[in-house]
Amino acid sequence: MINNSVFINVVRFLLLVLAQVLIFNKLNFFGYINPMVYVLFLFWYPLKENRATFITLCFLLGLTVDIFSDTLAINAAATATIAYLRPPLMRFVFGVNYEFQSFRLNNATKAQQFTFLALLIVIHHLAFFTLEIFSFVNILLILKKTLVVGTSSIILCLLFSALFSTKKE
Amino acid sequence: MQQIINFLVRNKILLLYFFFLIISLALTVQTHSYHQSKFLNSSNAISGGIFETANDVSSYFNLREENRRLHRENERLHTLLYNSEKDTTGLPMDSTLREYTVVRGRVIRNSYASPLNYITINKGRKDSIKQDMGVITTLGILGIVENTSANYATVQSILNEKSNINAKIKNTNHFGSLVWNGEDYQTVQLADIPRLVELHIGDTIVTGAMSSIFPENIPIGAISKFDLDQSKSFYSIEVRLFNDMTNINNVYIIEDLNRAEKIELLTETNSNDQ
Repeated sequence: MINNSVFINVVRFLLLVLAQVLIFNKLNFFGYINPMVYVLFLFWYPLKENRATFITLCFLLGLTVDIFSDTLAINAAATATIAYLRPPLMRFVFGVNYEFQSFRLNNATKAQQFTFLALLIVIHHLAFFTLEIFSFVNILLILKKTLVVGTSSIILCLLFSALFSTKKE
Repeated sequence: MQQIINFLVRNKILLLYFFFLIISLALTVQTHSYHQSKFLNSSNAISGGIFETANDVSSYFNLREENRRLHRENERLHTLLYNSEKDTTGLPMDSTLREYTVVRGRVIRNSYASPLNYITINKGRKDSIKQDMGVITTLGILGIVENTSANYATVQSILNEKSNINAKIKNTNHFGSLVWNGEDYQTVQLADIPRLVELHIGDTIVTGAMSSIFPENIPIGAISKFDLDQSKSFYSIEVRLFNDMTNINNVYIIEDLNRAEKIELLTETNSNDQ
């Protein structure tokens, strides 16, 4: 069972990195909109896991995407940040429920799942564009990019999670 | 002591996060202030290989357009060849007389949406590509080689806020430096042209002679807008690129064979001044 979960996460890691660098980094919709779908890794990752392993994995995920897109360590910083903030976010979105052993992401309502995903993406993009643009003079540009690219990321992530939903009915 | 250890154990996640954050911020600052990291870039064997495989497939989709462009260049070169004066010395072209060598290459990864754009090409050290060689396409300049691995190289695009290239107005000797403000991928900015120069919209901008990277007179773009800057003594000029930076495939990498000599002379002169 443990091996199965590790295997699924390794495959997910590789496929999301490849999808990100080979497809989504090349979209350049309207010149600059490149949705970041690899954030889904943090959305799908098992809820009850060792936090240290999780943060390390997310840092590596960001770093891998960075190496491929020559944006050294911007993705890594943003991803490590949301990895660190994930438990407080989950407590905020799902309430005390999520502390229970039996809680699964699929048990949450659609609205809760959406809020969780949106919060992850908005924080990630805010950190990402702040570091990428690297000056607070351009704060409006940072906010604009966060809003526009964030919206496209949320839409694509929702489509992806609907496509690869693990729900058995 | 006990308390320190307790504190560390209690906050180990926070500390781990800060550790990763500091590593990534250090790398980010380094990227912004100096050249790219030597190894962690897209010219390494794994990412280069993956991009090349992907490009092998995707390049089929615009073969016709690329073919037409190369055909057009051949046409231009043939015209030049037939109209050039016949070699009067009768000596065969010797490689020691050459000033530049040209190597062809292919773009396997392009980017133009971030403030610091890099392009990856499929030629590397094995094809004697070195740092600071110029990269051009049939339409104009593209960038400067930044890092090389055995089979791949990354190119600092002219669409990079760190890029700074010597450029001049065609058929004059007024030169300035070509930079990019990170906003529009179709226009770059030319600074340091004094206000006494007469400018017109549509004037062609080419590379200048001061560069030890590009040969002189390689096209860059045309003036689309100009205005005086804050000091009122220099123009700030918007240059619309001839290259469509979103669609590049075949490139040429140019080596200036006299580069070492030029740089040596310059450093010698500078050190004599001090």
